[in-house]
Amino acid sequence: MNPAATVTRGTGENTVVGDDARVPIGLTVNGRVRTMTVEPRTTLLDALRDELGLTGTKKACDRGECGACTVHVDGRRLLSCMTLAAMQDGKQITTIEGLERDGNLHAIQAAFIEHDGFQCGFCTPGQIMSAVAMIEEAKADWPSAATTDVGRPFTIAELSAAEIRERMSGNLCRCACYLNIVDAVAEAAARS
Amino acid sequence: MHPFLLASANDAATAIAAHAADPDLAYIAGGTDLIGLMKDRAALPKRLLDINTLPDMARIEALPDGGLRIGALARMSDVAAHPDVRRRFPVIAEALLFAASGQLRNMASMGGNIMQRTRCAYFRDEDDLPCNKRRPGSGCSALHGLNRNHAIFGWSEACVATNPSDVAVALAALDATVAVRGLAGERTIPFTGFYRLPGETPERDNVLGRGDLIVSIEVPAGAEGRASHYLKIRDRQSYEFAVVSAAAAVAVDGRRIRSARLALGGVAHKPWRLTAAEVALRSASLGDIEALKSALATSFTDARPLAHNAFKAELAQRVALRALQAAGARA
Repeated sequence: MNPAATVTRGTGENTVVGDDARVPIGLTVNGRVRTMTVEPRTTLLDALRDELGLTGTKKACDRGECGACTVHVDGRRLLSCMTLAAMQDGKQITTIEGLERDGNLHAIQAAFIEHDGFQCGFCTPGQIMSAVAMIEEAKADWPSAATTDVGRPFTIAELSAAEIRERMSGNLCRCACYLNIVDAVAEAAARS
Repeated sequence: MHPFLLASANDAATAIAAHAADPDLAYIAGGTDLIGLMKDRAALPKRLLDINTLPDMARIEALPDGGLRIGALARMSDVAAHPDVRRRFPVIAEALLFAASGQLRNMASMGGNIMQRTRCAYFRDEDDLPCNKRRPGSGCSALHGLNRNHAIFGWSEACVATNPSDVAVALAALDATVAVRGLAGERTIPFTGFYRLPGETPERDNVLGRGDLIVSIEVPAGAEGRASHYLKIRDRQSYEFAVVSAAAAVAVDGRRIRSARLALGGVAHKPWRLTAAEVALRSASLGDIEALKSALATSFTDARPLAHNAFKAELAQRVALRALQAAGARA
């Protein structure tokens, strides 16, 4: 986006923004320190895709409704379309490009291939990033809306298909590969 | 999104002074509601003040008397996972877990959750249909429009929107309070008085004014906390706002109700406490379904459904009954 050419529609209270409104930020993305200047309104998603060229993170609804833009910030899954890049200054970001190690796929990436957990693939980076962090949440004793008794500690052994479906409900798949996604996540969770 | 400036706050007093002096400034914490509103042009602040940097506002404290103090910057997911929240007030953990998605719960702050604005589609609409909440004086598109998801209690001709927060319903039922710091110092607002009915000024969701900053939410100790439950009915099983929801908490002697706390979501401009039913439920047996139904019905005599949501009055009574029974099963 070229800010000097950006004019928003509306009532006239919005004006062209010049480069002087840009702010310098530093993010550690997939282990590399990346500095850039962004407009305050630049979402983390747009910064990753447009400033850093990391297009594995997908922009679909851009409203926090589909989960395609899921990344990890300081180890937690969140929606990169619903936070400003400048608010994540100094944070550790992991995207789908950062999951492999020495050319080897992450166990969940491999499980998605093994179980045919996708068709068009557009939601897949978000599904995988979500699943990686979700398994860590379950290991950390986090309950879900599928947990019968939230008062009891939760163990990873209780991560049933119903639990996985609930915990992954923030990631939509228009190809409806849900059955295979649940199988892939269940296998990866059992092995982890 | 429209262009805006962004700064971060280092101390609460400076943040409050800036907010009080500048009507075009908005606080931002998790951003999960505000950024959506800005993308839909339902909020157009010229300046954002990032309050995530304020110290000591993300703590979750189990108080010695059995209550809780939840910092305004605590994230929904941390509150829902906290062992003392889960043990002392399962209704709070459940209300949080039934809201949004795992990703959003990691982002959204508790203060922001109770400040979130209505999901009325006319309010959120990018094409600027008439909406008194969005543009005061422009009219209400929902009053005679598609109002299936709208209020059955407490609405006005100016606005029939509902409050979308789940945890607010649980907090209202538990008589939680909101600690607010403003220019004149700190004050405590009972949850039941925090939200407003729309009246002629639906643009105001709650009683906060310029300069007010939510510091924490306090949940008092109570005999009913442990035996509590949140039941949420949605158009799909997960990741959706409530059609109708109920928070219930009970204290019992054997099977007999000593005291009951009940609030509904999805039916009004604020969490709707079933005060008359709570009185009528005293001494009723949890096993006497007809007595429970009759008691609940006393809170529905003033229900005023709209053209498309007459089903909500019946649904809400069934949801309240089930929530009450589930809470009772934990007693």
